[in-house]
Amino acid sequence: MNNSLLMPKAAIEDLIGLLWREGFKVLGPVACEGGVAFGEVHSVSDMPVGKREAQGPGRYRLGAGVAGEIFGVVNGAGSLKPFFFAPEETLVELRREPGGLQVNEVKPDAPRLAFLGVRACDLAAIAVQDRVFLHDRFRDTHYETRRKDALLIAVNCTHSAPTCFCVSMKTGPEALAGFDLSLTEMEESFVVRSGSPAGAAIAAKLRLNPAGDAEALAASERINECAANMQRHMDTSDFPGLLYEEAENPRWDEVAARCLSCTNCTMVCPTCFCHTVVDMQEIDGNMSRRVRQWDSCFSLEHARIHGFNFRPKIRDRYRQWLTHKLASWIDQFGTSGCVGCGRCISWCPVGIDLTEEVAAIRAQRGQVEA
Amino acid sequence: MTPYAIHPARITGRRPEAEGIYTFTMRFLDPEMRRSYRFRAGQFNMLYAFGVGEAPISIVSDPAEPEILEHTVRIAGRITGLMAGWKDGDIVGVRGPYGNGWPVEEARGRDVVIVTGGLGCAPVVALINFIFRRRTEYGELHILHGVKTPNDLLYRERFDAWRRAPRTKVYLTTDRPDKSWHDKTGVVTELFDELTTPPSAIVMMCGPEVMMRFAAHSLLQRGIGADDIYLSMERRMECAVGLCGHCQYREHFVCKDGPVFSYSSVKELFGQSGR
Repeated sequence: MNNSLLMPKAAIEDLIGLLWREGFKVLGPVACEGGVAFGEVHSVSDMPVGKREAQGPGRYRLGAGVAGEIFGVVNGAGSLKPFFFAPEETLVELRREPGGLQVNEVKPDAPRLAFLGVRACDLAAIAVQDRVFLHDRFRDTHYETRRKDALLIAVNCTHSAPTCFCVSMKTGPEALAGFDLSLTEMEESFVVRSGSPAGAAIAAKLRLNPAGDAEALAASERINECAANMQRHMDTSDFPGLLYEEAENPRWDEVAARCLSCTNCTMVCPTCFCHTVVDMQEIDGNMSRRVRQWDSCFSLEHARIHGFNFRPKIRDRYRQWLTHKLASWIDQFGTSGCVGCGRCISWCPVGIDLTEEVAAIRAQRGQVEA
Repeated sequence: MTPYAIHPARITGRRPEAEGIYTFTMRFLDPEMRRSYRFRAGQFNMLYAFGVGEAPISIVSDPAEPEILEHTVRIAGRITGLMAGWKDGDIVGVRGPYGNGWPVEEARGRDVVIVTGGLGCAPVVALINFIFRRRTEYGELHILHGVKTPNDLLYRERFDAWRRAPRTKVYLTTDRPDKSWHDKTGVVTELFDELTTPPSAIVMMCGPEVMMRFAAHSLLQRGIGADDIYLSMERRMECAVGLCGHCQYREHFVCKDGPVFSYSSVKELFGQSGR
């Protein structure tokens, strides 16, 4: 006996419709600007049905896939991050008054969001961001407001992109936690599992039949096959020590010569959380908004203080990023900062591949640059 | 409530300390904030200049009188440039206190050696005040301070008062003495030769990293343990709550794990460039 349900493929329209009626704004993979990002979905036809993408270092092309496949595109540049940790949002408004200063917290206008088609790596990334913004000493209330009512419908991966390495990071290809419903796409149907009471309630309203053991098994086999066929791997067995010990490895100079310090990797990364807060003043000079914007450890300003920059060289900044992502993140938050989604590989304009960099650092272990 | 919420405070005093350095006294406007606000020696506030932004500034005043906040600000950039114009009655923004502060509990019952350079003397004033309020609970207090030129010496009256205090020694030095200078000449580490403290002493340092590096090496050679040397680190602290990512020092967030670290916890990183 398994706990899975079977949803005919056509019923995905019912699911989308039900979610809207339940008061959610439904977001799913949507083709835009040559890539795929989460956008509003009112019908299955809003999604890139029958398409798959070709990904590689510094390369992303959307193209024809398998006819009728709804979740053929593994991922695009956009994760769920911008919906919970907004790229730009006002935190506080301050108004100057005679003899005073009025301070108002600006609460985010956050609709209830339902995400359809969340990959296991991105679920893991949400857990990482939750750890940073919700379960540390200080709680980020803006993140909390956007995040708390979101419904997450996962899609288990039955095929991966060549840039994926979730198996190495132990985050996929199957969604194991943090979802409300999970779907595994088969030829004619989806095998559905609920992961929360909210997910179970949605499934109940869809009046789905139980899946047979054969169907549940077939779904598991597809996921296992995806895992077995994953092309990219990263050995994490010597993290965090490797990155700490190899602070002077010659590879840092070598990768710095290629890195443009463009910040793309940090923008597409589903876990990077660096941000800055800038003042935006009204023209009368009496009102100022404190606006949070995404920042990146690749920006020249990131480690600058008055009269001194702690990380002036690209070498310093690449080392900071990779060391944080794979090593110090573990000490800080008890989890890796990398979930193996591969976005930083595809969206790097010069195709720098962190799995390759780690392997090269390890191969030159103990060497120190001249 | 967002951790980014700012609380209005009124400037009640402005004292020039040296060229481009001022000490501002301020009080929260909200009586409830005045009543509930507490800080520990070595903690800092984010001070907000309207329409421009925030800067992390250590609290100089006495932790026993938390309704009065004193901050010594060096005018260095865009934000502190605006603070240079702050005057009595102005309304500014404050949030805090942040950071861990000095290890006053670990120091109890022991000789305390304070080593500072330049503006590093500001974050230890609250510490010295704390010790003076509990003088019997601490051993001998040695205050070592180095400045580039005599004009860079802040808090002259404070140093004079500390010099007169019982079981307290003040050692001052400058790189470039002039006729007015009656103390030592040279870098602050040269003052260690005059120290007569037992290896059980605890050391607290604040100043340029290069100064603290040489000082730590020298103290280790004199038998002080790496766990008994504490230093206040400086990195770009924007949010002060461990969320913005800027002040990372490998696995440490200087704003929430520090700014005070034991030498043993950072010695591997200390002196590595690009951190």
